[in-house]
Amino acid sequence: MLIGGILVITRRNPVHSAVALIVTLLAQASIYLMLYAPFVAGVQIILYAGGIMVLFLFVIMLVSIDRSIRERQFNSQWVVGIIAATALGGLFIAVYSKGKDIFPDRAFSVAEGDNTQKVATMLYGQYMFAFEIASLLLLVAIIGAVVMAKKRI
Amino acid sequence: MDTMLHITTLHYLVLGAALFLLGVIGVLTRRNVVIVLMSIELILNAVNLNLVAFSQLWGGLHGQVFAIFVITDAAAEAAVGLGILIAFFRNKETVNIDEVNLLKW
Amino acid sequence: MGAIVQYIQSYLASDKTPGAAGNMFWAFVYIMLVFVGLSVAVIAMNWLERKILAHMQVRLGPMRVGPHGLLQPIADALKLLLKEDIMPSEADALIFWIAPFVVVLAAFTVFVVVPFGPTHAITDMNIGILFMLGVSSLSVLGIVLAGWASNSHYPLIGALRSSAQMVSYEVAMGLAVVSAVLMTSLNATGTGTLSMIGIVQAQQAQGVWFIFKFFPLGLIAFFIFAVAMVAETNRAPFDLAEAESELTAGFHTEYSGFRWSLFFLAEYSAMIAVSSIAVTLWLGGWLRPFPNLLSGATWDQAFSFFPGLSFLFLAAMCFYNTVRMPKHPLFRIQTIGLAGFGVVLALIGLVLFIPAVRVRVQDIFWFSAKVAGFMYLYIWYRGTFPRYRFDQLMQMGWKVLLPMGLGVLILTATVGLWPLIQNSLWHP
Repeated sequence: MLIGGILVITRRNPVHSAVALIVTLLAQASIYLMLYAPFVAGVQIILYAGGIMVLFLFVIMLVSIDRSIRERQFNSQWVVGIIAATALGGLFIAVYSKGKDIFPDRAFSVAEGDNTQKVATMLYGQYMFAFEIASLLLLVAIIGAVVMAKKRI
Repeated sequence: MDTMLHITTLHYLVLGAALFLLGVIGVLTRRNVVIVLMSIELILNAVNLNLVAFSQLWGGLHGQVFAIFVITDAAAEAAVGLGILIAFFRNKETVNIDEVNLLKW
Repeated sequence: MGAIVQYIQSYLASDKTPGAAGNMFWAFVYIMLVFVGLSVAVIAMNWLERKILAHMQVRLGPMRVGPHGLLQPIADALKLLLKEDIMPSEADALIFWIAPFVVVLAAFTVFVVVPFGPTHAITDMNIGILFMLGVSSLSVLGIVLAGWASNSHYPLIGALRSSAQMVSYEVAMGLAVVSAVLMTSLNATGTGTLSMIGIVQAQQAQGVWFIFKFFPLGLIAFFIFAVAMVAETNRAPFDLAEAESELTAGFHTEYSGFRWSLFFLAEYSAMIAVSSIAVTLWLGGWLRPFPNLLSGATWDQAFSFFPGLSFLFLAAMCFYNTVRMPKHPLFRIQTIGLAGFGVVLALIGLVLFIPAVRVRVQDIFWFSAKVAGFMYLYIWYRGTFPRYRFDQLMQMGWKVLLPMGLGVLILTATVGLWPLIQNSLWHP
């Protein structure tokens, strides 16, 4: 997964980056399976790898990339970017090395038999409001994307 | 198999942090707008990984439900972001972030 | 030797799929069996399609290569393997290489959860149907990559059209699937299941195939899925993206030889995969026909003769055609070949009459028979319907199938939960 991530940010050709991102997303789905979350893994494969990446590939093809392949790859503030990322990395290392003792030593194993049913109970019970808001958000996103991409409104 | 490393939650969190870092580097240093959007997706994935790892640690499924919502929101945001990108490209004929400088003095 | 037999027997007595039981060896054996079976099915489909299309168009189809063209698929495979491997000069080499493999991977991974029987799946994931829908949506990615990597106009347009069509009909497919999964939850505990084996077991428990449940809602949902699955696999009448007269074979124009055969393999595997989804969800999976109307041990036994009888019927057809072959000495090899093929089929039929084999092969036979029926439907559609224009196609996907799917879903939920609604309405 890390190799996929590194490839995403370093390829010159956006299509290669997109393929690396697909590989990363599929690896992420298999990690979700390792974490005993099969429903999230299935949702990840359908939505992310099968939906969002198709969207990305369509847009990459619509936007001509011949010029951009021959241009420079990294933008003009890359020094500041690297410094900021290093600072963030230092912060992560500090936090994780300080707090690594609070996690128990063994990995819990959760019964997987009815993960979908439990998630569904929670989704339609406790998080019902968030569910409805998410559907409204998707409606707004659909209308927004259509309006943004139209030639004349 | 006792010499094998147990994969504890900390390993998942470190992996999530590494992905997050890669995404941040991608957002801050790349010139092509599409690759910046893809790095944002990497960041969202790292967040999801953290959520699901904690959900496995504490046993309740709240983290997984939240992760599903994050994935849904990522889809919506990618769609709108790419729509904006297409509108921008139609005006300027380039996908170079450095050229988005109309407000620069 | 005795240890091996005992191992096999101890496995056959278990009641879980190899994946659930954590048995790696048997899972691997099943994967190999599914792979081999799928390859044989694709080869048979090639021959069947050409013969059946030909007979529908009142001509004969391939007759020269083997007896009645039975060796034609092998000749096709040899030709494809030996063809020159062309790659366009400006094409993106990496993506040109991996695009066919992505499509084949997506088409073959689906078969991990296809249930051939109550324990005869490679594994029974908790999210079976979700997994199948998701992985079959990965083939859209492969098609888009293939069209892009060919670096020429026709494949690009074909790929974009094809992927837009597939994505649109995935939505209608998903809604139809949801209304079928809803029907699994109408049991005592009120919880349904997404696992493929669970869905068939729900049909068994409720005593009715979901296509006949809440007539006509199950039928309409099945109809929506049947139309959407034909559009999903880019087959006639929705094959604008690869029609020869329209776009010179669409997204796989620039592929030749082995790579084209990978696309071809992936297309037929995807057809079989979505047909098995339809069979599992609506037609009762591995259950024999009339599970509750003609129930009882004698009917079970009567239906269990079907596998053997069908193979004997095929063998009889072979012998009949052997007798009808021309008596010219040039046809001697073909006659002998056809007679030999008939003998092999008859032997398989006789083996299927042995009681021990007969009991075990029931589930797999009924599942395969139903999927074969769907394959015949696919070929029938190709021979009968004219092609949809692309805007008509998209219009039908979004404006016709999607509202129908939503309507069926709401009606199924209302009708299915009618007792609960009644209770809460009249006893507030």
